[in-house]
Amino acid sequence: MSRLSAANVLLAREIISRYPRPKSALIPLLHLSQEQNGWVTNEAMEHIAELIGVTPAEVLGTCSFYEMFKREPVGKYMVNICTNISCLLNGGEELLHHAEETLGIKPGGTTDDGLFTLEDVECIAACTEAPCLQVNYRYEYRIDNQGFDRMIEDLRGGKRSDIPTHGTLGRIRQHIDSDRGAGIESPEKTGKPDWFASREPVEEGAS
Amino acid sequence: MASNAYVEHAPGYVDNEGPKVVTSRFGDPESYRLANYEDTGGYNALRAVINMDPSDVHGQVRDAVLLGRGGAGFPAGVKWGFMPPVWPRYLVVNGDESEPGTYKDRLLMERDPHQLIEGCLITCFALGLNTCFLYVRGEMALAQERIAQALNDAYEAGYVGRNIMGTDVSIDVVLTWGAGAYIVGEETALIESLEGNRGMPRLKPPFFPAAKGLYMKPTIVNNVETLSNLPWIVINGAEAYKKFGSERSPGTRMLAISGHVNRPGVYEVEQGKVTFRDLFYGDNFCQGIRDGNELKMFIPGGGSAPWFFPEQLDIPLEASDVGAAGSMLGSGALVVMDETTDAVKACLRVVRFFARESCGKCTPCREGTTWEEKILQRINDGYGRMEDIELLLSIGDQISPGPYPAAAHEAEGLTAVPFPPRQTTICPLGPSSVAPITSAIRRFRHEFELRLPAAADHGFRPSGETSSGSEIADNEVVS
Repeated sequence: MSRLSAANVLLAREIISRYPRPKSALIPLLHLSQEQNGWVTNEAMEHIAELIGVTPAEVLGTCSFYEMFKREPVGKYMVNICTNISCLLNGGEELLHHAEETLGIKPGGTTDDGLFTLEDVECIAACTEAPCLQVNYRYEYRIDNQGFDRMIEDLRGGKRSDIPTHGTLGRIRQHIDSDRGAGIESPEKTGKPDWFASREPVEEGAS
Repeated sequence: MASNAYVEHAPGYVDNEGPKVVTSRFGDPESYRLANYEDTGGYNALRAVINMDPSDVHGQVRDAVLLGRGGAGFPAGVKWGFMPPVWPRYLVVNGDESEPGTYKDRLLMERDPHQLIEGCLITCFALGLNTCFLYVRGEMALAQERIAQALNDAYEAGYVGRNIMGTDVSIDVVLTWGAGAYIVGEETALIESLEGNRGMPRLKPPFFPAAKGLYMKPTIVNNVETLSNLPWIVINGAEAYKKFGSERSPGTRMLAISGHVNRPGVYEVEQGKVTFRDLFYGDNFCQGIRDGNELKMFIPGGGSAPWFFPEQLDIPLEASDVGAAGSMLGSGALVVMDETTDAVKACLRVVRFFARESCGKCTPCREGTTWEEKILQRINDGYGRMEDIELLLSIGDQISPGPYPAAAHEAEGLTAVPFPPRQTTICPLGPSSVAPITSAIRRFRHEFELRLPAAADHGFRPSGETSSGSEIADNEVVS
């Protein structure tokens, strides 16, 4: 069953409460469901639709726009190799070829053992450290073929505890205690903050 | 003393000689912790600001002439003044760094999240903003962790949230996520994404975010680096800030210089005081081209920028000078390409990026970038047609009419065409795809011509197969 777990529903409600409108939580909840299941399932999208009050079609409509959301199962480790201009100039394509040969798959494919999915991605903001890649959104910098092979071997051997399974992004979550938050209401219910109004210059001639 | 060396825990960052406004804490391996931030003057700016008149804070930012660091270079203080007296009002931080070659905002978020948070709070205070949304690119997991931890700590310490520092000021800062879309870095697309929609830009006017932004309310969208400058400016004053850099472009900015240089790196640099030559060859910066090779071309401002050539090396890092010379400084991303670079391949790769990232809303971009990529791919693979070069330029003209910004080419008697390009599209992505095409064809037309099959008569062989597979299916006759 790939609907959000009970614990994740509590988390989802907390996330929703941090936005003036529930639909703004759509992308964060898709990430949460992908963290839970490893990919974005139809059941999860339907559940998210219920939680934020939109239709499943609207959830799919947004989900399908964004590269990170995988609507089919992917490997435990998503290997994203950048081949954009800075990495291209420093061996990014050669690294990609090596990855294809080593893993025996083309970009978009997953190894038969379900461990690795390979992707040829756009700029991941590490341009001075080219060639570079991300594994489940954790970086490897200035990586050569041997480094790549070592990394794959370590992942196969379960030796990279620093890399979570696919779908997990930042492992630290923001929490706003109800007594510490300023309070987030819908735009309709939110006006000029009192603290700002009290600091505005009084106009001449005002009563 | 600056070490003029890489800082290991900030990959790519070089501690070069020069003033440090935003990277002052990068030398500390634990700079992201609240205690380390407080020990180095952190949150003193907020402490000062909260006792000031909000409009004075705004005035200081305007006086400092803080230019936006997201690519457009628009003065932040001026943008702040565009909001009508309507509430609620929001701050949206653009942490969606995705421009090819750009690498600085991620470092700021990972290494000095509190500096960014403090900058957000200063902004919210100055303008009476209700809530701040800190939008971080989905692929930046570590940045998200650092910011989440920093926010949790800052809330607990009373720097964010209800009754900041025991005053009546209450502001929430919410971390939120992207999910993989370059176009979402465009401010209105970012807002759409934050509303839970597909990240498609809105037309400006009327949808200037300062007027109609998030939930159609006045919204300030500022870049991570721009906001990170604020604590320093508040503590030291606008005049001190203007002592760095030049008169037209005060202050410092972070540059990522990558490609074929000996020491690619992220450098904090005084604006207007260095030239491209200083950056590529200087000992305080990239220390020359690799293997002693000659410079062939360079991109001065990220993937969207028209290319420059050796003749433009002595232009100073001044936005208006670079604009007049036919390109832009953009987001501070310089990509250096030496004599071994295949101009057709480089052009294709940048265009392919835009084709992949086009949101699909506007026809000239959606269709045009797709055609541009296909044509460049078949030229690259040796299956191009004689009319393809003109066809590429014609497609470019449909997306961005008129002479496209380009560097001067005196040998051919061509003068510079100043930036910016015109656009038939809602946002500049489509027009940006034309930059590499115009640049490469204008300067290296012969490289394209040599790739065409007719050139086989001259002994030229097509290039090898690409891993992405050649799209050579369009062998149908063009009418």
